[in-house]
Amino acid sequence: MADPSRYPPPSRAVRSVRSVRSPMAPPRSFLWSRRIFLTLLSAFVLLPVYVMASSSLKPLQDVSGKFRWLPSGLTVRPYLDIWETVPLAHYFVNSLIVAGAATVCSVVIAVFAAYAVSRYRFRGKRLFTVTVLSTQMFPGILFLLPLFLLFVNIGNATGVALFGSRGGLILTYLTFSLPFSVWMLIGYFESVPRELDEAALVDGCGPLRALLRVVVPAAVPGIVAVAVYAFMTAWGEVLFASVMTDETTRTLAVGLQGYSTQNDVYWNQIMAASLVVSVPVVAGFLLLQRYLVAGLTAGAVK
Amino acid sequence: MTVTTTASAGPRDDREPAPATPPSPRKGRRPGRALPYLLLLPALLLEILVHLLPIVIGVAMSFRELTQFSLRDWGAAPWRGLDNFRLVVDLDAPAGQALLRSFVTTCLFTVASVGLCWLLGTAAAVCLQDTFRGRGLLRALFLVPYALPVYTAVITWSFMFQRDNGLVNYVLHDQLGLLDSPSFWLIGDNSFWALLTVSVWKGWPFAFLVVMAGLQNVDREMYEAAALDGAGRWQQLRRITLPSLRPVSQVLVLVLFLWTFNDFNTPFVLFGKAAPEAADLVSIHIYQSSFATWNFGAGSAMSVLLLLFLLLVTGVYLFLTSRERRVSRG
Repeated sequence: MADPSRYPPPSRAVRSVRSVRSPMAPPRSFLWSRRIFLTLLSAFVLLPVYVMASSSLKPLQDVSGKFRWLPSGLTVRPYLDIWETVPLAHYFVNSLIVAGAATVCSVVIAVFAAYAVSRYRFRGKRLFTVTVLSTQMFPGILFLLPLFLLFVNIGNATGVALFGSRGGLILTYLTFSLPFSVWMLIGYFESVPRELDEAALVDGCGPLRALLRVVVPAAVPGIVAVAVYAFMTAWGEVLFASVMTDETTRTLAVGLQGYSTQNDVYWNQIMAASLVVSVPVVAGFLLLQRYLVAGLTAGAVK
Repeated sequence: MTVTTTASAGPRDDREPAPATPPSPRKGRRPGRALPYLLLLPALLLEILVHLLPIVIGVAMSFRELTQFSLRDWGAAPWRGLDNFRLVVDLDAPAGQALLRSFVTTCLFTVASVGLCWLLGTAAAVCLQDTFRGRGLLRALFLVPYALPVYTAVITWSFMFQRDNGLVNYVLHDQLGLLDSPSFWLIGDNSFWALLTVSVWKGWPFAFLVVMAGLQNVDREMYEAAALDGAGRWQQLRRITLPSLRPVSQVLVLVLFLWTFNDFNTPFVLFGKAAPEAADLVSIHIYQSSFATWNFGAGSAMSVLLLLFLLLVTGVYLFLTSRERRVSRG
């Protein structure tokens, strides 16, 4: 199970020791504890995933009656019905627009801010980082109502409709992911050697070109990680989505509750819709997760 | 607000001492002093608009009598001083008692959830430290709960916790016979455990991710040296891995604490708009009591108290951990 080859080739002295009796091989007690723990943990993690996937293929009587591990018959009917019961495609498009726009804006703004903090000395720098980070601990409920009022007032004063519009939600979501993104990118930019952009400056690049041509390409893993985080934050948020949207701008987070307000709860459709909604995010996340680990290693964990 | 920020940033540039590096004569170095502020401006404006300004408004609201009628024109609502605060901390009145109960529940819930998340995340990250067959697969699998949108994960759990057609009762009652009769999980006292299960399921992968990243910064040579000195695997874990993870864990626990304590999404999706008393977290409690009684002044007062509590805990925590670090270094 354990593979000692993960270590760099040992010096000759070490190798001779290891050939006698490998001191690196974990003892049996460790291996068995690990196996048992990982098996139980995998079962815990997989259980809801299995329920979601299997229930989405069950006929309605299977999910209304007593739970069954295996469907009495497989059907793709729920996957066809979900689009009819609620305007799921519409919610999907709304979520895609909101989360996509929030991600792009959040990443661009975070790149500029993180570049300023990591490359310049200026007054108020510490105040900025502390303030931005401390917004992470504000309870969402504290500024839900004030933000709602603020958006309404701005709308009345300037005619810019923020409340009930996608724009207001985009603004809100992008600031949710901004603090963590800035924090992580500062760490990531610090790991990009200063000599690189200084050389670009000496060669006559402006600071912005140095950022875009030299620093950003060198920090792509960190930027991807931040983008993944921002997208997931916006895609999964419920509280503000439930207050700040109306029927035309409703996102998936709220729209999915539409399946259970009818007389019957269509659990098979709910599970099918949940799966359809989850697959793009989970697939994207799993494809890009190594960037997130790399980004965290370089940035956050210092 | 916009104007004030730019104005206050402006004069600061002029007083800014010259940078340590001699200014290059080339074009493009000249706007150098204003540049950091320009780069920060978008982030700053948005933080002010969406976070700082609403918090100031929220604090102002907590001193006023706000109902659904005075809400639109909240600046003109009657000033009530500390009345709202007196109302929500008055332990002889139902509102104060309910808030205290909700606060205690939230504390218990947070401690249990953060502890379990940290434990599972650290254990899993340590288990996946070595390379073995299937490691990449397990790592991807463990991250699935983190990647799933909160509401789909929680909706699935609420299906599993249904009394008549859920998996939990089927396994515990019908298959294992541990329960005499199918229980309610989403109402009554059991709802605390249901909420805790969902919260840990959803939260531990973040701890796993962070600890995994932290482990990559642990010097591998230390393990080799320890192994040569005859330290066994368990000893290496206790003497090298866990101490090296200490700084990472300290930050991780703080972040988990703040997220869990403020969590709204999980109970909101799991229980709908009326959370049972046993799982009435503070965020939900404030939301419900604001919109049920339309007393937004009292709701804001509770939010402000919550913020003060979080500030206090964070401050004490950072003070203790930074002092400990200084002591251990010196």
